[in-house]
Amino acid sequence: MNFELTKEQRMIRDMVRDFAKAEIEPYARELDETHSFRKESFDKMGELGLLGIPFPEEYGGAGGDIVSYALAVEEIGRACGGTGLSYAAAVSLGATPFYNFGTEEQKQEFLVPMAQGKTLGAFGLTEPNAGSDAGGTRTRAYIDGDEWVINGEKCWITNAEYSRQVVVTAVTGQNEKGRNIITAIIVPTNTPGVTIRSNYQKMGVRASNTCEIILENVRVPRENVLGDEKKGFGQFLNTLDGGRISIAALSVGIAQAAFEKALAYSKERTQFGQSISKFQGISFKLSDMAMEIELARNMVLKAAWLKDNGKPFKKEAAFAKLFASEMGFRTCNKAIQIHGGYGYMAEYDVERHLRDIKLMEIGEGTSEIQRVVISRLLGC
Amino acid sequence: MNIYVLVKRTFDTEEKIVLNGGAIQEDGAEFIINPYDEYAIEEAIQVRDAQGGEVTVVTIGGEDAEKQLRTALAMGADKAVLINTEDDVEDLDQYSVAHILSEYLKDKDADLILGGNVAIDGGSGQVGPRLAELLGINYVTTITNLEIDSDTVKIVRDVEGDSEVIETSLPLLVTAQQGLNEPRYPSLPGIMKAKKKPLEELELDDLDIDEDDVEAKTETVEIFLPAEKEAGRVLQGELKDQVKELVQLLHTEAKVI
Repeated sequence: MNFELTKEQRMIRDMVRDFAKAEIEPYARELDETHSFRKESFDKMGELGLLGIPFPEEYGGAGGDIVSYALAVEEIGRACGGTGLSYAAAVSLGATPFYNFGTEEQKQEFLVPMAQGKTLGAFGLTEPNAGSDAGGTRTRAYIDGDEWVINGEKCWITNAEYSRQVVVTAVTGQNEKGRNIITAIIVPTNTPGVTIRSNYQKMGVRASNTCEIILENVRVPRENVLGDEKKGFGQFLNTLDGGRISIAALSVGIAQAAFEKALAYSKERTQFGQSISKFQGISFKLSDMAMEIELARNMVLKAAWLKDNGKPFKKEAAFAKLFASEMGFRTCNKAIQIHGGYGYMAEYDVERHLRDIKLMEIGEGTSEIQRVVISRLLGC
Repeated sequence: MNIYVLVKRTFDTEEKIVLNGGAIQEDGAEFIINPYDEYAIEEAIQVRDAQGGEVTVVTIGGEDAEKQLRTALAMGADKAVLINTEDDVEDLDQYSVAHILSEYLKDKDADLILGGNVAIDGGSGQVGPRLAELLGINYVTTITNLEIDSDTVKIVRDVEGDSEVIETSLPLLVTAQQGLNEPRYPSLPGIMKAKKKPLEELELDDLDIDEDDVEAKTETVEIFLPAEKEAGRVLQGELKDQVKELVQLLHTEAKVI
């Protein structure tokens, strides 16, 4: 048993922390206010190799591990929740499916530029009528000659406007049990018939780019299938398992930011002749916040470690995501309470943290779906 | 170009200093590369990239300093040397450090040696100049610009906010001031590559140094935190009377005039 990070892991964490503090945090409030994505941040992250942490050098990555990647997500999320979400989605949802399921050719063509930070990638799964019930996907694709013809609609797709390609899931037939066969198909975003719009008014994580994608008679080559043509469903479940670790890490980062602000404020704020951190009503909240953050972080790192060591991590990733996101919501809420009236004001940032963290209980599998995943693994 | 950079592991600037039994508590504290040394590392890398050669980063300390050396390697330095004094000497001061470094560097034919202008912990700013004296080479402190044209070196140095332009020649030791450059972040590929770069560990024996010869010449008598700042006082009354009272207080209470 060893709880120590390796030297490389610590160096990566420290570098990302310094970088995020100087290059991401100063813009967080403005990006939230203006609902804007800051491409420069991603260009800089790309130059530093952050978008390729968990991929081998032969695919343009840094050859790091999932633990390092989770540490990076936490640090970026601590500086800006929205930027953290786009970062996590770019690596876990945009690039990872290519690494896990792509052919050598597809990896060279699509994964390498993503790992090098030259483009982002997006994963088009959710539809207006297919959220938690991804089996209810309505987007359809059929073969016509040597091409797939795709029709359908995707919603809340992160980073699509800044992506060279989107992997979309589409129903391509039915198996012998009459269930939909879902196929993952690579769609370059400049293909005729693809419309990408980003005009959502979101509660939080506003610095991340969230898009609606309309596919109208979109034609792509037949070989653009990602992975097994019949196993698109299983593939995206696998993708989401990994993605959960990053959403859990992001939750820890946002919670950490809220906690630090609450702790600092409670020491500065004087009421009844002493700093409010001396009152147990406040200090007990801070104790709980610090404890829960550390517990969540440990779960994140354990899930990441299991994945790095090739061990089953599905349950632990769900534990981490469920606990960290719900913990994060409690923590951000307490941070506002500790700030009192000031916490309700944008100027103190903690209200933004609460709006940002709320997504973590919803995105990449709601809390309810995490409980379904866990209970199934328990054999319920 | 044979370039050496002197690096010190120091407390993170954001750490709170806690004293325990007259000593600074280091347990659990975060440590960083002395920020002024980061400018030195960055400058060394830029000089090497422009002129060719090799950058070696050198530190004196214990095992823990390896992280700072690896970070310098991740930024782009080629080699690192840790002079481990952990088991040999308890207290090192400017004299000891300069002496150890000069013994290490005397036969290295360094063209350029860079260091930070001060370390943010001890803050003496003496190691660089002392080392240059011991090696018998030129030195310029607190530099904000460096241009090397074969053996001629043109330097701008900061003198209390003003600039002084100096021309000198290699071999040379310089110490870096803020503004010299913008230190790069170690990139991810850089961090992974740093693992494989050579890091040599030496002890005083390897340098034929007798520990008695590098014993500190200074003694730390006491370590204490600055007195906590007290709340200010706002004077009341007519402006004329306030001025009088202020002068009076500066004289009798603050005793500054």
